[in-house]
Amino acid sequence: MDTALLLEWTIKALLLIVVLLTGFAYLTLMERKVLARIQVRIGPNRAGPYGLLQPVADGIKLLFKESIIPAKADKVIFVLAPLITVIPALIINAVLPWGRTVTIFGREVSLYVADINVGLLYVMAVASIAVYGVTLAGWSSNNKYALLGGLRAAAQMISYELALGLSLLGPVLLAGSLSLVDIVEAQRRMWFIVYQPLAAIVFFITSVAELNRAPFDLPEAEQELTAGYHTEYSGMKFALFYMAEYVKMITVSALFAVLFLGGYLGPFESQYPWLGPIYLFLKILLGLYVLIWLRATLPRFRYDQLMRLGWKVLFPLALFNVVVTAVLVVLLG
Amino acid sequence: MSKVLHDIKAIGKGLATTFRSMLEPPVTVQYPEEKRPVSKRYRGRHVLRRYENGLERCIGCSLCAAACPADAIFVEAAENTDDERYSPGERYAAVYQINYLRCIFCGYCEEACPTQAIVLTDQYELSFDDRRDAIYTKERLLEPVPPEGQPTPQKTPPGVFVKAIPEMPDFPEWKP
Repeated sequence: MDTALLLEWTIKALLLIVVLLTGFAYLTLMERKVLARIQVRIGPNRAGPYGLLQPVADGIKLLFKESIIPAKADKVIFVLAPLITVIPALIINAVLPWGRTVTIFGREVSLYVADINVGLLYVMAVASIAVYGVTLAGWSSNNKYALLGGLRAAAQMISYELALGLSLLGPVLLAGSLSLVDIVEAQRRMWFIVYQPLAAIVFFITSVAELNRAPFDLPEAEQELTAGYHTEYSGMKFALFYMAEYVKMITVSALFAVLFLGGYLGPFESQYPWLGPIYLFLKILLGLYVLIWLRATLPRFRYDQLMRLGWKVLFPLALFNVVVTAVLVVLLG
Repeated sequence: MSKVLHDIKAIGKGLATTFRSMLEPPVTVQYPEEKRPVSKRYRGRHVLRRYENGLERCIGCSLCAAACPADAIFVEAAENTDDERYSPGERYAAVYQINYLRCIFCGYCEEACPTQAIVLTDQYELSFDDRRDAIYTKERLLEPVPPEGQPTPQKTPPGVFVKAIPEMPDFPEWKP
């Protein structure tokens, strides 16, 4: 392996992490702004022009907060849990393609960190690790609210992961590959949301549940569980949970764009590959907006409703979709 | 099946409502830059009023302090003389303090006052860096001397200001 390639990968990975963390910071601002507008308010506008320095102010505040570890907590796991949540959220993005190959200084550079042939499997596997962080955080806090939140996260994960996995199979069957780059390229003719509307809807709903966001935010339901699994967390460790949630929002939006909205594809993309990241960015923005919009609109599900929706509606729907897609792919070639 | 469709329709209706509200202009008032007018009868910080000639209306009777349910007002009276006259009649308030950490802005002082010397204004921006600043002294409470008037104490001819509640032109009504 030559040094230049290694350097290229390192630079791309660092760049990706910087982009994701900046994205996380400004997503919090975007969420507050959009929620404010939906509630006919203005939202943060004091820190810098249009409140653009608000994330910086929030970050500095959290950094200087006292970091408390409860006396009876399991200290090692308590400290480890936020990391277990954040790292998977970040590394999923390694396989998401931001564009095709571009030429920088006469060198062909692909706009993704890695194109592995089991990309989607990797995404599923890594995404599932994150819930360990949440569950362990709830358990190690030695607090009943936190424990309940953690357990809910685990139960929710198990119920929705099946439907999520099955909904991913639709695009995989159509593209005939698990590699995300291949899946995007297979959408050159038509976006998969047209062929797979059912899978797209199931994927979106289940991924909102995986994100633990409203209306599926049972693990941190503040009315019942104070703050759920992160009740006992403060300072930077709390910020890490926050970061994990928002980075996962970006990831899920990106994944939705890649699987169903043609990823980096768009008009004139084949002539100018640099347009790819811009198109993907716009599609991610759309996904994020819908996530925030849902949060502003829908009340939280009750626990039994959540389970019923997952097992009795989404799971059969996803299964049905897979069977129909498989049959059609075989029949129509 | 019809129930499912009904539920989906309900969700769509909810989403449409929130989307529409996003297009409405915000109702936020950008407070320090933009201030909403208060009601004409708003009860804000007090002012001690004067007559048109500059004499203070307050005669140091302490009825406001007696009426105050929060015990926020402290008055100490002293004797007027024609050489050093602060208010009509025998006495004036040598010390007049209102503690704004105690005041509940009920307006009973205003009602108790026989000379309408103390009135509540529309000023509501009362915040302090220091608890000591919350005690307003007479100098801070008195309104400025009217254009035709003289500052107190005044030297007055004997036998004119003998009554505590005189027949005297009002300094124009306090306008919020």
